[in-house]
Amino acid sequence: MPKNPNIKSILIIGSGPIVIGQACEFDYAGSQAARSLREEGIKVSLINSNPATIMTDPINADHVYLLPLEKKYITQILKEHQDAGTPIDAVLPTMGGQTALNLAMDCEKAGIWKKYGVELIGVDIRAIETTEDREAFRLKMLELGAGVCQGRIARSFLEGKEIAQEIGFPLVIRPSYTLGGTGGGFVDKPEDFDRALTNGLHASPTHEVLVEQSVMGWKEYELELLRDGNGNFIIICSIENFDPMGVHTGDSITVAPAMTLPDTTYQKMRDLAIRCMAGIGSFAGGCNIQFSVNPETDDIIVIEINPRVSRSSALASKATGYPIAKIAAKMAIGYNLDELTNPITGTTSAFFEPSIDYVIVKVPRWNFDKFQGADRSLGLQMKSVGEAMGIGRNFQEALQKACQSLEIRRNGLGADGRELRDQEKIKHSLAHPSWDRLFHIYDAFKIGLSFKSIQKLTKIDSWFLRQIEELIETEHEVQKYELDDIPKALLLKAKQKGYADRQIAHLLGVKESKVYAKRKELGIKRVYKCVDTCAAEFAAATPYYYSTFNTSQEDPDNESVVSDKKKVVVLGSGPNRIGQGIEFDYSCVHGVLAAKEAGYETIMINCNPETVSTDPDISDKLYFEPVFWEHVFDIIEHEKPEGVIVQLGGQTALKMAEKLDKYGIKIIGTSYQALDLAEDRGRFSKLLQEMDIPYPKFGTVRTSDAAVELSRSLGFPLLVRPSYVLGGQSMKIVINEQELEQHVVKILHDIPDNNILLDHFLEGAIEAEADAISDGEDAYIIGVMEHIEPAGIHSGDSHATLPPFDLSEEIIATIEEYSKRIALAMGVKGLLNVQFAIKDGVVYVIEANPRASRTVPFICKAYQEPYVNYATKLMLGDKKISDFNFQPVKKGWAIKIPVFSFNKFPNVNKELGPEMKSTGEGIFFIDDLQDEFFLKVYGERNMYMSR
Amino acid sequence: MKQTQEALLLLEDGTAYRGLALGKRGTAGGEICFNTGMTGYQEIYTDPSYYGQIVVNTTSHIGNYGVQLDTEEESSNVKIKGMVCNTFSDDYSRHTADFSLQEYFERSNIVGISNVDTRQLVRHVREKGVMNAIISSEILDENQLMEELKKVPSMAGLELSSVVSTTEPYFMGEEAGSRWRVAVMDYGIKKSILKNLTERGCYCKVFPAQTPFEEVMEWQPDGFFISNGPGDPAAMMYAVETVREMVESGKPLFGICLGHQLLAEASGISTYKMHHGHRGLNHPVKNLITGLCEITSQNHGFSVNADETTNHPNVEVTHINLNDKTVAGIRRKDHPAFSVQYHPEASPGPHDSHYLFDEFAQMLEKA
Repeated sequence: MPKNPNIKSILIIGSGPIVIGQACEFDYAGSQAARSLREEGIKVSLINSNPATIMTDPINADHVYLLPLEKKYITQILKEHQDAGTPIDAVLPTMGGQTALNLAMDCEKAGIWKKYGVELIGVDIRAIETTEDREAFRLKMLELGAGVCQGRIARSFLEGKEIAQEIGFPLVIRPSYTLGGTGGGFVDKPEDFDRALTNGLHASPTHEVLVEQSVMGWKEYELELLRDGNGNFIIICSIENFDPMGVHTGDSITVAPAMTLPDTTYQKMRDLAIRCMAGIGSFAGGCNIQFSVNPETDDIIVIEINPRVSRSSALASKATGYPIAKIAAKMAIGYNLDELTNPITGTTSAFFEPSIDYVIVKVPRWNFDKFQGADRSLGLQMKSVGEAMGIGRNFQEALQKACQSLEIRRNGLGADGRELRDQEKIKHSLAHPSWDRLFHIYDAFKIGLSFKSIQKLTKIDSWFLRQIEELIETEHEVQKYELDDIPKALLLKAKQKGYADRQIAHLLGVKESKVYAKRKELGIKRVYKCVDTCAAEFAAATPYYYSTFNTSQEDPDNESVVSDKKKVVVLGSGPNRIGQGIEFDYSCVHGVLAAKEAGYETIMINCNPETVSTDPDISDKLYFEPVFWEHVFDIIEHEKPEGVIVQLGGQTALKMAEKLDKYGIKIIGTSYQALDLAEDRGRFSKLLQEMDIPYPKFGTVRTSDAAVELSRSLGFPLLVRPSYVLGGQSMKIVINEQELEQHVVKILHDIPDNNILLDHFLEGAIEAEADAISDGEDAYIIGVMEHIEPAGIHSGDSHATLPPFDLSEEIIATIEEYSKRIALAMGVKGLLNVQFAIKDGVVYVIEANPRASRTVPFICKAYQEPYVNYATKLMLGDKKISDFNFQPVKKGWAIKIPVFSFNKFPNVNKELGPEMKSTGEGIFFIDDLQDEFFLKVYGERNMYMSR
Repeated sequence: MKQTQEALLLLEDGTAYRGLALGKRGTAGGEICFNTGMTGYQEIYTDPSYYGQIVVNTTSHIGNYGVQLDTEEESSNVKIKGMVCNTFSDDYSRHTADFSLQEYFERSNIVGISNVDTRQLVRHVREKGVMNAIISSEILDENQLMEELKKVPSMAGLELSSVVSTTEPYFMGEEAGSRWRVAVMDYGIKKSILKNLTERGCYCKVFPAQTPFEEVMEWQPDGFFISNGPGDPAAMMYAVETVREMVESGKPLFGICLGHQLLAEASGISTYKMHHGHRGLNHPVKNLITGLCEITSQNHGFSVNADETTNHPNVEVTHINLNDKTVAGIRRKDHPAFSVQYHPEASPGPHDSHYLFDEFAQMLEKA
């Protein structure tokens, strides 16, 4: 069936603030869907309370509603449209994760869709009900002839006990209707059962849990499906979990295509997937199905079905190049797959199954360090906050690249001097998966633990383990040589297995630059290959690249052809983590689009598969590569851009500045010297002193003795933190010498060779921040925000209002004046964020960050002006401040609401402090300060003040 | 095993790739073709349609799950001449596997080469078209190997079915309980086709390629199946004639791949050698009768002339390939005969097209 002509206006529901289990993959899905529908001439309205998303940008939709995801706001939007004579015809709820589906279900039950004549598209309510209700799901699967785990639903404690007795241990408890497996868990022994059952029953909103046979250790797979209204099915991608059953998929290392599946088993799985999707309901769109395979018998069982676009579909889209959300949106309005063209090749049919000739490895990124006291073991409940994907021509290359992307101060998988050597600790880690198990598998091989025991402890498929063992073998070969006599073939082999120059340098005991020089001397070439959905069978029209050394070195086939246009590189922000999330992707995307407008060919480098910035439709060229020096430098060498934008990709991009500068590569906008000045407290404070701007007394130390000494002149309380970090990592307020010493020792242990900053902490002060853009000669303040909670709580975790709610005009004027003067004195070209503390009428500058901040997207959304776009043009020298006609829409106040994922960590101290813990944020507009919500938050402020 | 021995892959146009030897040490030449499937290597290597070819597997790892004798073999032995891949795994992981792919190749005397940039090779073949190639782990000098390559015959005009066909007729399925007798012409048949037929109540007698029509008819079949196979259909006049007689007998006839090309030739429609063929497990086909689409397994280097098919008074196009709009299925309007260019039996590949065997059974039922 072609496009449904009755649908002229569609509402897309977003996924709200980022929480663990629901991150920027839905920004990617929503943005793609909106673009895809607008291409068809459809008016798109969008509701999402997350201001940091691209999907809620005016570039993406006709009407953006930054409103809480609640029934009353849906009604408000539908009514508004009806009254205006432009009614919304349909709602697409499959792009916003479980949040959007739940809201759509609520509205359906309340009869809202019916009342306003809105059609639900891309979804079948029955399918959601079946897949969300564990028991209905189990029965449905049995009806479809699909294998499932043995088990039953328990609605009471007693019932749960009975079931456990029937099926025996080990077993699993899965609460119904919870996100990311909250409240679920494995139970090995009868004595642990009672507590786990109680937890599960509490976690489920309907107080139902499935008590089920445990298939821990079985192989785990996922298939991503698309179906059109005609009943045509395709499988976009098969994904194999490196971690067997027992670890949540979101917390598993995953690989595509499936590595250890023979065709017979794969086709059985494919048949089963199609039968299941067809059996649970009829809807046109995407679907994700998780399977488990018994390694002894190849028997397959179905674990879970998600009848919507999911985290895995974002991964599958980036892994294959096939834009699932884009095509799913088109199918939701009536198109059939055979009526659409594969957007990557531009010539062949969208009805086909991608074939890939490379391997992708996704490694999750955890942030346990932010959750002191958290249970760090991995299980049914997702705990990771982000992910990185590596693409290589073989598993090892992809794995090393994924590890290089993680930003956990490792240079890849091993060979960086940070290995663990304690056998007992390693063994424990192998059997009890946590964030570092992958690294400990490597360590286990390195200390010579037998293959058999490693397999027994991890239950990981031997093929994967053998790949890691082979890495160690290669290292042993490399270590037989010195850099001067290492054979070309061996160095090439190490590079083909994904080793970074830094890792090889570590193995050979030389400097990274020497290895780099050696590989250049030997003519070992890195080339770029295209992600084209079809294994090169057809020519591709989409410039989406990854690097590899697996090519004929005599005549390498480099598919990334360099144009003669002037180009600029934008560095992305890598995997999401607390303190550096979707806000930076928002800025990167706008930077790319602005640079395009300014006439540049734009080159994006990033390795986060969830994001909009890694959608190959955004930049002129996408390099899906680690934001890791070696990779960045090689791309720059290949492309020879005019310069590199480091201001937009958070700390990940910013910390490349020093090396870029050293290698003579132009940094677009604010110079490295200015960036460095901001980080160097001594020099920065001197600058403030010269300008007669107050700042809290401070000092820099490198030892705990020096810290104690310094504390005597500064006076307690003190704010202690390492230099060059984001999100207040390891930041703490101490009140006496003992606490101070303890914390300094901890920082020195975690981050050796770093300066430690001690600031006198202004107790009870009010915090505020200003964001500015500057062309170097003139600056413009885009917004000033006042924190509702007092100083001491990280800005990312505070509620804040735009504009300030109780600062005097004089103080606001001072803040603006200081910000402007700092911008000009530092020579900022682009963005600047300045943090202030106000105490006893004095405005102190706490810090200045000459880069895109977490609040910039918020201000852009609230004032409805594209400040990142402006800032990028200022950086490029394309425009001056005076060229812009600023017209911010200022009405009432916008409140920034931090959102936490504490429910994933029940044992963690939820108290807020100088170290950031929130995973996301929402925006809420109020007309006056009598607003109920504001008063509530404001009331809580006193609680902090009174401590 | 550690792969240490160097190997050389040389193409007819002089392009050379150096890599590591796998399988048996030796030299092997044939037409080079690429398959983009990500699973099912063993089924590919034992498919008689690949007889005499050097197969390039584009998926990045080959050998991961070892081999399973019999159950995952499409014929009695390996039919390809040589294999080219990116990364080769001698280590495999599958509890039910018999042994490694390396051992399988050694036992089958198959020469292969790994550590080749298969993507570069595919892009080359995609541009230049199919050509002959040679792999050697003995002759590492390009000029010397070129001399060997020149001895490899060209695929165009080559008749290969009689080489891979059974020499003696044999039966498949149980006569008792079967509903129909189907005469199967073996031009290089895959086991899974016979399995699909017998599962649907066909008692099959498999005839050698060159069996005359009269001899087949002596068995009094209810219908005919024309198999897949290697080589150029235009060089198989004997088979074209047999198929024509079968069609005219008025009994149901079903052809797959080469069998499809033979039905076309027998109907007076010509075939041609394609630039680089279709080989993979992801080819989109649309059924023009039902409007539904299917993902198909394909393996063919020749194709049926589209214009001649469309203009033919007694032939109808039933399926098209959605990527390049080539003819993927035809049927006779005047006789119960139909055929498809792709492989509904899959193995390897998706099972979307199994319904064609049902349609054949329905046709037998009606007759």
